[in-house]
Amino acid sequence: MNKIISKEHFSDKVVKLVVEAPLIAKSRRAGHFVIVRCGEHGERIPLTIAQADTLNGTITLVVQSVGVSTQKICALEPGDYLTDVVGPLGQATQIKNYGTVVCCGGGVGVAPLLPILTEYKKAGNRVISILAARSKDLIILEKEVREYSDEVIIMTDDGSYGQKGVVTVGLEQVLQREKVDYVMTIGPAIMMKFVALLTKKYNVPTECSLNAIMVDGTGMCGACRVSVAGKTRFVCVEGPEFDAHDVDFDELMMRLKSYNNVNK
Amino acid sequence: MTNDNIAEERNEQWRDELRRSMTAKERMKIARVKMPELSPSYRITCNEEVNQGITAEMAVQEARRCLDCPNPQCVTGCPVGINIPKFIKNIERGNFAEAAATLKETSALPAVCGRVCPQEKQCESKCIHHKMKSEPVAIGYLERFAADYERNSGTASLPKVAAANGIKIAVVGSGPAALSFAGDMAKLGYDVTVFEALHEIGGVLKYGIPEFRLPNSIVDHEIDGLRAIGVKFEKDIIIGKTLTYDDLHQMNFKGIFVASGAGLPRFMNIPGENLNGVMSSNEYLTRINLMGAGKPDWDTPVLRGRNVAVIGGGNTAMDSVRTARRMGAERAILVYRRSEEEMPARIEEVKHAKEEGVEFMTLHNPIEYLGDENGRVNMMRLQKMQLGEPDESGRRSPVPIEGAIEEIPVDLVIVSVGVSPNPLVPKSISGLEISKRNTIIVDPDTMRSSISDLYAGGDIVRGGATVILAMGDGRRAAEYMHRSLAGNE
Repeated sequence: MNKIISKEHFSDKVVKLVVEAPLIAKSRRAGHFVIVRCGEHGERIPLTIAQADTLNGTITLVVQSVGVSTQKICALEPGDYLTDVVGPLGQATQIKNYGTVVCCGGGVGVAPLLPILTEYKKAGNRVISILAARSKDLIILEKEVREYSDEVIIMTDDGSYGQKGVVTVGLEQVLQREKVDYVMTIGPAIMMKFVALLTKKYNVPTECSLNAIMVDGTGMCGACRVSVAGKTRFVCVEGPEFDAHDVDFDELMMRLKSYNNVNK
Repeated sequence: MTNDNIAEERNEQWRDELRRSMTAKERMKIARVKMPELSPSYRITCNEEVNQGITAEMAVQEARRCLDCPNPQCVTGCPVGINIPKFIKNIERGNFAEAAATLKETSALPAVCGRVCPQEKQCESKCIHHKMKSEPVAIGYLERFAADYERNSGTASLPKVAAANGIKIAVVGSGPAALSFAGDMAKLGYDVTVFEALHEIGGVLKYGIPEFRLPNSIVDHEIDGLRAIGVKFEKDIIIGKTLTYDDLHQMNFKGIFVASGAGLPRFMNIPGENLNGVMSSNEYLTRINLMGAGKPDWDTPVLRGRNVAVIGGGNTAMDSVRTARRMGAERAILVYRRSEEEMPARIEEVKHAKEEGVEFMTLHNPIEYLGDENGRVNMMRLQKMQLGEPDESGRRSPVPIEGAIEEIPVDLVIVSVGVSPNPLVPKSISGLEISKRNTIIVDPDTMRSSISDLYAGGDIVRGGATVILAMGDGRRAAEYMHRSLAGNE
């Protein structure tokens, strides 16, 4: 049982929860995720860790209400408990000084991107962050991202904030403007697919962090398998980060729909 | 249990009198008991346990069949060395509680083993009855009877526990190897903590083996028995992630037993295997057994199929295909590349599956899956096989019959072709020797790894075995870790 310490609404559907998890706060690194269960009859779902506070023994989760489980989690209030939080899972991000790194985050993908770009900055990289969302109210963690970015570009589909357009519009501006050494992208699969297509054209190494369907999150079920360079890999134990140019995003998007119309 | 003890106890007066109460000839004449079962038509509508257990009268009668041999071979066939004649003779004289206590001397999970052990390959395979062309004593049924009797009587005896020695021992995982080890160490007076990655204790006994073969309440009862002798359980902790091996040392753990199991499901790397509706047996069974998928008010979904194919011939494949029948499959097909004779599954599982209407397509091997426009599997292409020369496993190897390919409509495929050890724990410990197959390398006699305070057992060492072999590993590791910690190696 893990207590909710505080809660903040980023928008109608997106909340930030600070959760008591001292052991995970201490052992997690940028790129890790946790498996969370809400209720004794709840699902196990993967959520990325946005921040951790070792002093207070808490981790920060950003949750978008999209299904049964995320709805339940978003409805929790401070003082309530998550039934289970287990982790940290997955491989941590490789942090190096690449030179200039562009970090592309879409929607709630900005949450897991934050600790990664923070580490990139600390490692001496010039960090350009591109935050993209449908509209202004869905741009999250902007202040925190600015703190560790040399430049922040905001893109919204409806033009309500920053520039109008999708993330690749902003990314291409940067790629045309200057030499980029590395790109990291986290967001919806379709967004990462187009980021990968673009950076392939410009020949810039690109890493993506995948969100897949998982049950246990420890390598046992194989639900999260994804084709990378023609080989089946498990997102939970071998990922969640892979070379974006090698990921079969179409298969990933198809697999994410596995349970869309399932009557339980 | 040493042979001396077994011989000594055999010489006790009551045993002697009991032996004389009936001639061997009379004992041999009794027919082996039949396990009462739910009818196939009823049991595929529910998850209730198929084997109903034998009655006290049946148990006593079956116990009479045991000749109480001077040199009981059955014991040598038991990986945890249960004093089999002693518990059976206690059943014969009607002292069921003493029979249960005998089981507990060496087994942490008698009610589990009585249900899922392949007795026909172990204790029962050594029974003297075989020599006289008679069916062996139903040791497994009797074991289950004694354990169930005690549980239902509500007066469970606690095994003898040595005075607490204050030495902290960590166990990684909570499956059969872990529980068996934890039980033995607790009995020796150690302060044992079991760390489990999942939110339930029991490992494969919970997420893998279905309710209709091993009810979770039985597993929970055995776990409560371990709690009663002081074993502590910590859920949601992954050793190597949440806590490291070094953290365990800092927490003052003096010995560590790794029994983290065989995690990674194997696939066949054939086209279409990543289509929706193709999944591992681990995923299918975990969703249903651990996560409650299919039950009202549980959040986890599971895909259902009208035409379900399960690939493989082991016990997990049988569990999956029988589960699919219970989840409403009209056609549940077991696809296995060899013939029925080579199937590793227990005979009882095969029999039950057939009774439940499972179709067996032996000597067939999938080579491709095809899907619809939404990416859901709708067809499997099978290569017909024939048996060739024996392979390294000693079984005749399957050889494709050129051009003999069949297409069968399916909407769900469960791949149950084995598992690989979960690399998560072994890879997190530097200096630990690991095989090419990612198993932890141990001395097979002592279960000690290349790190002196780290022992390992079960599937993380064997790569895929049975509950009872895992339990045997746990017992052996406990014995040798204790010797090492007590300074008498």
